Amino acid sequence: MKIVDEVLEKFRYAKENLIQILLELQMLSGKNYLPEEWVEYVAQALDMPMNKVYGVMTFYGMFSTKPRGKNLIEVCKSGPCHVSGSEGVELMLEKELAIKPGETTEDGLFTLERSNCFGACDIAPAIKIGENVYGNLTPDSLKAVINSYRAEA
Amino acid sequence: MENTKILSSRFGKIKPDYVEEFVAAGGYEGLKKAITMKPEEIIQEIKNAYLFGRGGAAYPTGVKWEQAYAIPLEKGPKYMICNADEGEPGTFKDRHIMAEDPLMLIEGMTIGAFIFGAKEGYIYCRGEYSGIQKILRSAIKNATEAGFLGENILGTGLNFNIKVVSGAGAYVCGENTALVESIEGKTGRPRRKPPYIKNAGLNMLPTVLNNVETYACIPWIVKEGGEKFLSLGTEFSGGTKLMCLSGNVVQRGVYEVPFGTTLRDLIYDLGGGIADGKKLKFVHLGGSSGACFPEELLDTKICYNDLRKNGLSLGSGAVLVVDDSHCVVDYLKTVMEFFEDESCGKCTPCREGNRRMVEILEKLTSGRGAKEDLERLQSLARTMRNTSFCGLGQSAPVPVTTLLKHFADEFEAHVQGRCPSGKCSMSGVRR
Repeated sequence: MKIVDEVLEKFRYAKENLIQILLELQMLSGKNYLPEEWVEYVAQALDMPMNKVYGVMTFYGMFSTKPRGKNLIEVCKSGPCHVSGSEGVELMLEKELAIKPGETTEDGLFTLERSNCFGACDIAPAIKIGENVYGNLTPDSLKAVINSYRAEA
Repeated sequence: MENTKILSSRFGKIKPDYVEEFVAAGGYEGLKKAITMKPEEIIQEIKNAYLFGRGGAAYPTGVKWEQAYAIPLEKGPKYMICNADEGEPGTFKDRHIMAEDPLMLIEGMTIGAFIFGAKEGYIYCRGEYSGIQKILRSAIKNATEAGFLGENILGTGLNFNIKVVSGAGAYVCGENTALVESIEGKTGRPRRKPPYIKNAGLNMLPTVLNNVETYACIPWIVKEGGEKFLSLGTEFSGGTKLMCLSGNVVQRGVYEVPFGTTLRDLIYDLGGGIADGKKLKFVHLGGSSGACFPEELLDTKICYNDLRKNGLSLGSGAVLVVDDSHCVVDYLKTVMEFFEDESCGKCTPCREGNRRMVEILEKLTSGRGAKEDLERLQSLARTMRNTSFCGLGQSAPVPVTTLLKHFADEFEAHVQGRCPSGKCSMSGVRR
């Protein structure tokens, strides 16, 4: 729990920082999720009932209670990307990664998810991998992006 | 077309978080002038400017600040908050401000802090913009080191600090009261109003809350005067607006246009028209909760009055252009799936209404729709508009009613089992 203590310390054990604490912990988990024992520890440290913390976790779309891949690939499915061909991007990703949205590749490298607009409409259709946004995607450029993450692994 | 640049003049020209480059390009002149003025005088300039809230609600900023200033001093505004939750699909203007000229926003907030004597500021920035949060934090750090934030700003005795707080993926947190709940670390569900934010906002203390673009207008207004700002736009809509052009248009992007520009000029002149030689089918204006309309309304001016007269609203400034290869029913299903997903679940009309609408649209796009389904959509829309708890549920049915109005034939065709543009499966199979 050293990691959790450090994050709690950074945010002064303040209840109002719960969301910020959970975001940081999820990032540090390496699997893009919030391990149950970490969350229990946070709830205790902040003197909050577990159901309150769980309520916050499940309210916000970015949190996951289940382990996900090292790299979270989000395909925008909102209007601007929809009319710019996001469906094609999703199909290409499904084929390239051999998974459906909501699933994780066997090597644990990627999880594919559908997301709402993340403000990259000027380069739609767009995807987001972790913090990085990729747009104006074609089959070739998409493959190159995925391969760059594979090479990193 | 003339390109007036107030907000975007420094975009791409300065290192965004460098105070020196910002100052060399005219930054902080608004704040320097503001500290020589009386708070009432600054507020009067903002009122003269006819600046309306740029997040979507279009409340007059000068009036908002006047009301906040009128709250007795000991109870006066404690917090300056910036809504940087930009979640409205098709909107990416605030992203540009924060990524390319964040100090303009910080300067606007600091002028507000000077007026109200607020000590703490928050920029609530959506979690999806985590990269941009780093730019904001760096800009705040640099501004503090340069004496534009922190203790005794510019020798005025004003102490003001800004914190960046991250959202975590919830569209509803763009609603003022949900946003402050989220800053408090809670689930972002809207509060009952009144009390309003200005009396009981963050930590139930008086709070001034504005959108990124609204704050970004303030330094220019103070520096150049409210009347000059107004003169750039139309009689009742002062200044310029950052418009977000997306969809099937040649040149997508953020365009700063003076109020009074027509939508046609924006789409065809600045945006280069419809891509791939296709024809315009409809425009979705102001984000997912805005109206959809066809070609006939394109000569409407971007101006709060003109738009209202035509039953439209500017919203966040999103202009999504959709060409004639797309199906309105299929598109609407995508939009309503967004609202179904983002409804916070607090009130029944929004939680259930959006879900039922998606179900009906699924029927229509798979060829299982019936004539009564169109009436059901109208009835749900009425209920949601009139009885939802917050703006989300009240405005979510706008694309439904406007598309039904302008494209009745296409909905009718789906009831008959035919998708004219061939986008829908019409497989008859329940999905």
